[in-house]
Amino acid sequence: MKNVHIISVWVENKAGVLSKVSGLFASRGYNILSLSVGETEDPEVSRMTIVVEGDDKIIEQVKKQLNKLIDTIKVIDFTKKSCINKELCYVKLNMKTKEKSDIIMTSQIFGAKIVDIGKKTITIEIVDTDKRVNEFLKLVSDFGIIEIARSGIVAIAEDEK
Amino acid sequence: MLLNGAQIVIECLKKESVDTIFGYPGGSVITLFDALFSEKDIRVIVPRHEQGGGHEADGYARSTGKVGVVVATSGPGATNLVTAIATAYMDSIPLVAITGQVRTNLIGTDAFQEADITGITYPITKHNYLVKDVKKLARTIKEAFYIASHGRPGPVLIDIPSNVFNEKTEFEYPETIKLRSYNPTYQGNPKQIEKAVKMIKESKRPVILAGGGVIASGASDELREFVKRTGIPVTTTLMGLGAIRHDDPLYLGWPGMHGTVYANYTLMESDLIVCIGARFDDRVTGKTDEFAKKARIIHIDIDPSSIGKIIDTDLPVVGDAKNVLAELNKHFNEKLDLETWINQIDSWKKNYPLKYKDDNITIKPQYVVEVVNELTKGINTIFTTEVGQNQMWAAQFLKLERPRQFLTSGGLGTMGFGFPAGIGAQVANPDATVIVFAGDGSLQMNIQEMATVKNYNLPLKVIILNNSYLGMVRQWQELFYDKRYSGVCLSRDITCPKECKGKECKKYWPDFVKVAEAYGLKGYRITNKKDVERILREAIIENKEAAIIDVIISKEENVMPMVPAGHPINNIIERY
Ligand SMILES: Cc1ncc(C[n+]2csc(CCOP(=O)(O)OP(=O)(O)O)c2C)c(N)n1
Ligand SMILES: [Mg+2]
Repeated sequence: MKNVHIISVWVENKAGVLSKVSGLFASRGYNILSLSVGETEDPEVSRMTIVVEGDDKIIEQVKKQLNKLIDTIKVIDFTKKSCINKELCYVKLNMKTKEKSDIIMTSQIFGAKIVDIGKKTITIEIVDTDKRVNEFLKLVSDFGIIEIARSGIVAIAEDEK
Repeated sequence: MLLNGAQIVIECLKKESVDTIFGYPGGSVITLFDALFSEKDIRVIVPRHEQGGGHEADGYARSTGKVGVVVATSGPGATNLVTAIATAYMDSIPLVAITGQVRTNLIGTDAFQEADITGITYPITKHNYLVKDVKKLARTIKEAFYIASHGRPGPVLIDIPSNVFNEKTEFEYPETIKLRSYNPTYQGNPKQIEKAVKMIKESKRPVILAGGGVIASGASDELREFVKRTGIPVTTTLMGLGAIRHDDPLYLGWPGMHGTVYANYTLMESDLIVCIGARFDDRVTGKTDEFAKKARIIHIDIDPSSIGKIIDTDLPVVGDAKNVLAELNKHFNEKLDLETWINQIDSWKKNYPLKYKDDNITIKPQYVVEVVNELTKGINTIFTTEVGQNQMWAAQFLKLERPRQFLTSGGLGTMGFGFPAGIGAQVANPDATVIVFAGDGSLQMNIQEMATVKNYNLPLKVIILNNSYLGMVRQWQELFYDKRYSGVCLSRDITCPKECKGKECKKYWPDFVKVAEAYGLKGYRITNKKDVERILREAIIENKEAAIIDVIISKEENVMPMVPAGHPINNIIERY
C-alpha cells in the first residue's frame, strides 16, 4: 500500500549536499512530492523536510539510503510520530471586480492573507497543512488561477504532553 | 612546517601507509606530479589510460585489502575514471581517487578541461569532496581514507583545484577522526545474535550464502569455523569466491545464473538462509518473487540498506561479518543434525555436477582452466577475469583456496577490468603468479595497458580465451534470439556476407601475438589441444616474464548451466 510520509533529514550544511539528496531520489526512482531545506539552530546543520510516497518497503529503503549518505546526521519519519506541519503557498488570481468580495471572504474563512492587489490580479498567502492548502486552491480555482508557488512542507515533532 | 597542497597530499598518503599510486598527469595535477618526482617512498605507476589506472588501483586494493589510490587530471582525465570508480562502487572496493580540477576562480565557467566530476560521481562514490581551501586538505584526505575503508568499503573521490596544490599552509595530520554523521555498526546486537542462534538450531534445511562482505571484513576464517562447527552447507557468491576452499565437502560452489545446479536447488529448497555480506543481486536470486520461498532469512550485513532491499528478511543483524560470525561461533559446540538434508544435497551434487563436453578436435575453455589448475598447484596465484563467458568459466572451474585470490567485476560486469586489475594485483604482489583470464573482446577495452606491463617489467600472464566473439552476448542470441548474431562477431568486416556462414573468417584478428610483440612482450598462440599443457607450462611456469597467450577456443561453446534472466533459479537450462 502506498502512503505519503513526511521525513525530516538533518545534514551537514555543506555545498553539494542538497544535490546528493535530491540525486539519490532521482537515481533510485523514489517518488518525491516535495522537498524543502533551511538552516537549523546549529549553523553547520541544515534540515530538510521531504515528502515522499511509497509502500512500506520503499519508504524503508528511502530512509536507509538517506542514512547511508555520509553527510546525513539523522533521519526521522513523522508518519508514526505526531508532528506539526505546514506549507506556505502563494496563489495569484484573476480579479474581476464583482468577484473581489467573494475572494476576500473565502480567504478569510481559510485564514489566508491578501498580500498584493494589482490592476488585474490579487495574490493570497496561505500557511496551512497541504490538505487545507489543496482545499483552498480548489475553491479559488473558479476565480481563475494565474500562478501558484508552494514551499513544500516543513515539519517539527510535537512534544509529549 | 609550511607545505604546499601537493606536498600535503603526499605527506597524507604516507601517513596512510600508501606505497604505490596509479596516476596519469595533466595540467591540473602537474604540481602534484612535480612533488612526486623527488618522492622516494611512494611508487607512481603510470597507466596508458586513466580507466586502466583506476582498475589497477582497484586490483591493488582487492588483492591486498588496502586502499587503492588513483590520480587523474581534470576534465577528460577525471571522466576517464568514471567506469573504474563505478566498478569499485558496485563491488564495495576501497579506493581513493584524486582528481585535479580547474583553478578555484574558474570553477563553473566552462573553463578549459573543466568537468564537474563531483557532480558526475555522486551516484557512484561512497562520498566525494571538492577541496577549495588548502587548510582543509589534510583533514579531507584523512576522512576520505577513513570512509573508503570503514564500514562497507567503497570509492571516495577528492577533487582538488590546481591552485590548491600550490597554496601553502601548516601541515597537520589528524591522528584520529570522528564523524558525527558516519558511525558504522560493527558489533551485532546480542539479542539479534541470540535469535539467529535459535533460528539456526531450529532449522532442518539451512544453507549459508556468503558474499563479498566476508572477504572485505576478513572473515573467511570465522566463516570456515562456522561451517565446521555447525555442519551447514555453504555457497558463496561470485564476490565471495575463495572465502571457502573449493574442496570443502560442505561447499556448494556459487549460485545464480551460471552457478551450480546444486547451489541453486539447495537455496530453493532450504528452510533457512544465513546470508552474510551478500546482497541478493538479481544474478543470484533470479526471479525474486519465487526465490527460496520456503526459507526464513537471516541477513548479516554492515550496510543496513542492503538488508530487506530485495528479499524480505526475517532477522536482520547489522554488523561486521567477522565480529558477528565470531559471536555466532561461540554458540555452536556441536554440529546440527542435518543428515537427511546433506544426503539430499550430496545426491544433487552427484547427479548435477559442473561439467562440459570435452573433445579432441577443439580446445574447450573449461579444459584450459583445468590445465591451469594443474600447472599452478602449490604456487601462490592470483586470478583475475575479464567479463563474459571467460569470467564464468574461470569462476566455475578454478580451484580457489583463499580469499583475495580471485578478482572479478561482479556488480558492474565491466569489460576491460580484468587486465588492468591483474596489473594492480601484480604490482601489489610481486612474488605471486598473477593470471588474467581474458576474453578477446574485453582485452581490447584496455589493451594499451600492455605498455604498463612492459614498462614496469611485470611478470603478468594473460590467457585469452579467444572465441572471436563477444561470446556471452552471442550465447544469449543463440538461446533467446534465434541465433541472430547481431554485432557480436569480432572478426566480421564489410566483406562478409549478410548471412554469416562462418566459413572464411578473418584469422587472428587482431593478431594478439603481434600486438604483444609490438609492446615488447612475449606472445604465444595455442591452436591445438595437444599443445595446451606444454605451451601454458612454458609461458606461465618456465617463462619468468610477462606472457600474452592467445588460446583459440571452440567458438560456440556455451556457459552451462544457465538460468534465463528473470526466471526462478531452479529453472535451469543444461545443454552440453
Ligand atoms: C564495458 C562493457 N560493454 C559491454 C558489455 C556487455 N557484454 C557482456 S559480456 C560481453 C562479451 C564479452 O566478450 P569477450 O570479452 O570476448 O568474452 P567472452 O564472452 O567471449 O568470453 C559483452 C559485450 C559489458 N559487460 N561491459
Ligand atoms: Mg570472446
